[in-house]
Amino acid sequence: MTATAISTQRSRRLSVGASLKRNRRWALITSYVFLILFAIFFLIPPYYMIVTSLKSDAEVAHMATNPWIIADGITFDQYKLLFTESDFLIYFKNTAIVTVCVVAITMVVSVLAAFSLGRMRFWGSSILATGIFLTYLIPDTLLFIPLFQIVRSLGLLNSYWGMVLVYPTLTVPFCTWIMIGYFQSIPKELDEAALIDGAGHMQMLLKIFIPVALPGIIAATIFAFTVSWAAFVYPMAFLYSSDQQVLTVGTVTSLIRADVYKWGMLMAGALVAAAPPLAIYAFLMDYYIAGLTAGATKG
Amino acid sequence: MAEVALRSVVKRFDDVEAVRSIDLDIPNNEFVVLVGPSGCGKSTTLRMIAGLEEVTAGEIFIGGELVNDLPPKDRDIAMVFQNYALYPHMTAYENMSFGLRLRKFSKAEIRQRVENAARILDITDLLDRRPKALSGGQRQRVAMGRAIVRNPKVFLFDEPLSNLDAKLRVQMRTEIKRVHQKVKTTTVYVTHDQVEAMTLADRVVVMHRGRIEQIGTPQDLYHHPKTRFVAGFIGSPAMNFAPCKLEQNGVGLRINVSDAISFPLSEAQGARCRSVVGKNLILGLRPEHITEPRQGERGNRSQFTTTLDVVEPMGMETLVYFRISGTEICGRVDPASAGAPGAEMALQANLDHLHLIDPETDLVL
Repeated sequence: MTATAISTQRSRRLSVGASLKRNRRWALITSYVFLILFAIFFLIPPYYMIVTSLKSDAEVAHMATNPWIIADGITFDQYKLLFTESDFLIYFKNTAIVTVCVVAITMVVSVLAAFSLGRMRFWGSSILATGIFLTYLIPDTLLFIPLFQIVRSLGLLNSYWGMVLVYPTLTVPFCTWIMIGYFQSIPKELDEAALIDGAGHMQMLLKIFIPVALPGIIAATIFAFTVSWAAFVYPMAFLYSSDQQVLTVGTVTSLIRADVYKWGMLMAGALVAAAPPLAIYAFLMDYYIAGLTAGATKG
Repeated sequence: MAEVALRSVVKRFDDVEAVRSIDLDIPNNEFVVLVGPSGCGKSTTLRMIAGLEEVTAGEIFIGGELVNDLPPKDRDIAMVFQNYALYPHMTAYENMSFGLRLRKFSKAEIRQRVENAARILDITDLLDRRPKALSGGQRQRVAMGRAIVRNPKVFLFDEPLSNLDAKLRVQMRTEIKRVHQKVKTTTVYVTHDQVEAMTLADRVVVMHRGRIEQIGTPQDLYHHPKTRFVAGFIGSPAMNFAPCKLEQNGVGLRINVSDAISFPLSEAQGARCRSVVGKNLILGLRPEHITEPRQGERGNRSQFTTTLDVVEPMGMETLVYFRISGTEICGRVDPASAGAPGAEMALQANLDHLHLIDPETDLVL
């Protein structure tokens, strides 16, 4: 090969490398631009809430001020009022009780259901699995009418324990579906090895499947938590006294009186109500260890 | 420590008969390898012994006890899977001790057994690692360790080496043999690799289409195959098969491979084949019995000259391929004597080792 041929080849290779680098830089720049746009888009509402919740009622009501900045100084009056003058803490407690119970019930039921449907092949198991998912597709805005009858006949109308009963109709089907997928992705040899090692079905579930499917269980838990923390239609329909009310409906009904909006307290309440889901997401995401199954079998 | 016996064992999946009536006796401490192409029913047979598949018909005995209706955990067996099947969330130590913990062994006993097994397998340093942090060979050792600590009556291996790369596979093969020599437990080993079968087994069971073709020691299968399938399956490169005709030649018999190539049968061989004179047969001859002409060797030799198609140097020998009446034949010759492709070469067939196969029954005569 002649020297010129070598040098042209080398320069071609260099230009290929340079264009790759340029491509990569453009991809990065575009990603950043869009990520920043999205971040701004999603962070504006929380920012607005924080700003409003730290203003005095007078400033909120004063039309001439700029709503995006706090002009008259930061005040925690809205939070003080929220905790002392309203039933917010009762709602918070009720929601917490309901959510913990619902998450517990959901996880027990759906893990057991998913294990039997996903791992123990029996007659009709796949039809049953699809059927469970189909029930999830019926919206709660339709279901609350028949559920009202059921809840009333059980004497649980206007009791948050009624919510503990009805929320799982939303959470169990979906969580079961998620868990079936996770359990099915676990290699079959793992249960066979456990069988030979002497494990029964319950031991297999507790000692092998639940630890291995932990990312799935966490995903399902987050889902169940979100659904029962943020549910609106059912408490709106089934709960009417303040001592039984939950956060979502309680905040709105007690802080909006006809056309009087207590904006400061509303925003403060919304922020405090949003804190637990935020904390749980942040905490569990750390434990959301995908790829835990890597190494179980040859991938 | 126990013997395993299968009596007319059948396995049917819906309409497919995966295993068609198998009888097999495995004495105590023996290393038996089930070998055959995929779909021959070898894995299904193993899984029936393990209790992972139900038996459609027939009986399986482990240590003299009928185990048809016993769940796997009560059969006192241990199994090593092709993909290791290690519990991903447990360390190697926990993986190996899982079965013992379920069986409520004391902590001290568990520790002693696991450490002992780890020493045998040379994985003492890896005990607190998770499977993810282990290489393929190390995972396979842990999987074997999980079987060893249980000290079961029978070891079952389901293609344990097929996920490893070629070099590691050979190493682990030796390892498995070494472990068996140490712990001396009855072992049933399934593989599709006939080299693995030959090297590991006390006895090899060749399976084909759900049936046992032949049971015998590796040497036995190699030198005295009973069927065409066994003759072709055992040995690498595979045995050459060429259509031929058996003809009367004066008092003796002659084999006619083509118009150009025919040779006489020895008296002993002839005596076995009297009944099939005049029939179309298949001649089987292993590549190592087709060599360059060698001086001073005794026996029934036949020399011929042929044109080489392909020449494959292997180092200590060279494989030569040529055609006889349309059939490709392989020979193993000394590298120094091998010609170039397209060249003429004189070759010699050692007819003492030929096999004659009846194409109607596929049995070796």
